[in-house]
Amino acid sequence: MPTDRPTVPELVEAVREFMENEVQPNLEGSVAFHTRVAVNVLRIVERELANGEALRAGEREGLASLLGRDGDLDDLANDLIKGIRGGELNVDTPGLADHLRATVMAKLAIDNPRYKSYQRALEQDA
Amino acid sequence: MAQGHDALASGLERALARHLRERLGDEPKVTELARLTAGAANETWRFEAVGSGGDGERLGCILRRSPASLGVEAAADSETNLGKTGEAAVQQAARAAGVAAAEVLFVLDQDDNLGEGYVMTLLEGETIPRRILRDPEYGRLRAHLAHDCGRTLAQLHSVDPARLPTLNRMGAAEQLERYGEIYRSFGQPVPVFDLALRWLADHRREPSRVTLVHGDFRNGNLMVGPEGIRAVMDWELAHLGDPMEDLGWLCVTSWRFGEIDHPVGGFGQREDLFAGYEAAGGDRVDPDVVRYWEVFGTLKWGIMCMIMTHSHLGGVTRSVEKAAIGRRVSETELDLLNLLA
Repeated sequence: MPTDRPTVPELVEAVREFMENEVQPNLEGSVAFHTRVAVNVLRIVERELANGEALRAGEREGLASLLGRDGDLDDLANDLIKGIRGGELNVDTPGLADHLRATVMAKLAIDNPRYKSYQRALEQDA
Repeated sequence: MAQGHDALASGLERALARHLRERLGDEPKVTELARLTAGAANETWRFEAVGSGGDGERLGCILRRSPASLGVEAAADSETNLGKTGEAAVQQAARAAGVAAAEVLFVLDQDDNLGEGYVMTLLEGETIPRRILRDPEYGRLRAHLAHDCGRTLAQLHSVDPARLPTLNRMGAAEQLERYGEIYRSFGQPVPVFDLALRWLADHRREPSRVTLVHGDFRNGNLMVGPEGIRAVMDWELAHLGDPMEDLGWLCVTSWRFGEIDHPVGGFGQREDLFAGYEAAGGDRVDPDVVRYWEVFGTLKWGIMCMIMTHSHLGGVTRSVEKAAIGRRVSETELDLLNLLA
């Protein structure tokens, strides 16, 4: 089925550009601040629309291999939390820290790729 | 709050006439009343009080008072937050012990009908972290600010508890329980947080001493001038506990504002902080204990982000800022993994 244009990402982008280029420059004080926050929220939405599905697929695969069984993301994530809360899984469990780091890095690529700790980790991986 | 600007101004004039009559006369005026936007959990206003006596003394003032919020955030805070009256008393006791802090002029009472709060002297200085970290004006300050923070914290931790109002004892055990409970109540599991909670429970040690703890001593709550610290602000989270909590919190990556290679507030090194602390009479610092509290602080900030986001989601305080801050949880997850694994 062909996708009608503008697509959802294109619509969000249009709103974000409008707020950033036309609204924000005409504001001051706390409304200007909250508009900047709102623009930033739309950037998160844009990044999640582009990469959210890949993030969840990656997390599901990582969990399946860590826990040694298949399942959907919610089930596997639930097992992981139960394992940690029950004490069967901890920081020294082989593969756990690597899985969590990969998941968190993928989340930060969406939430805040400018975060310094994230950028440093990318440099170190390179 | 519903109270308008003009009503607040005339209410303050009545309060000034009641509390500062000797200094400002019978009919003091309030001018230049303005809301300061910084600090979303509190209302902070600045104004000038003009005396009605012959010399017409002008006094720069700050009003801090509690917003009338209820619900998730208030519930989460009720046991950790001192209330404005307690906050004023702690600030004044710390000031008396030599800690740089604004002088409390008076505490609002019921007859003032302005809510819970207090009025203090307005001080001039820089409080915005990014300016403190980047403006050339503060280049020389940055070289000794970590040491200065150590000295200030040693003074703060030496305040005689007998001079303080009743404060909650909030050691690691109590805080682990409280923040763990709040986190789990959201039903939004973050595996890294559970690992950190477990690690913190396993590595907990009894403090070598129990003292006054500021509870939010960080870049952002310090007012500085090019010469040094002019005031420690925001005393509302003060409690009794392990003094090393304050040193660890100051080092949390979130308070480095991007300058991650300067662990102390984005401006200094841990060795300088510890040296300043010990030189001013503070206990010998065990870096492992400070690191414990840095892990704790990183987790606590992550949970605070969740608290603020759920205050929005639950309809307590609808705000795009509170919605957005929930997406900062992943920042604390990475920082926790860097500390723990």
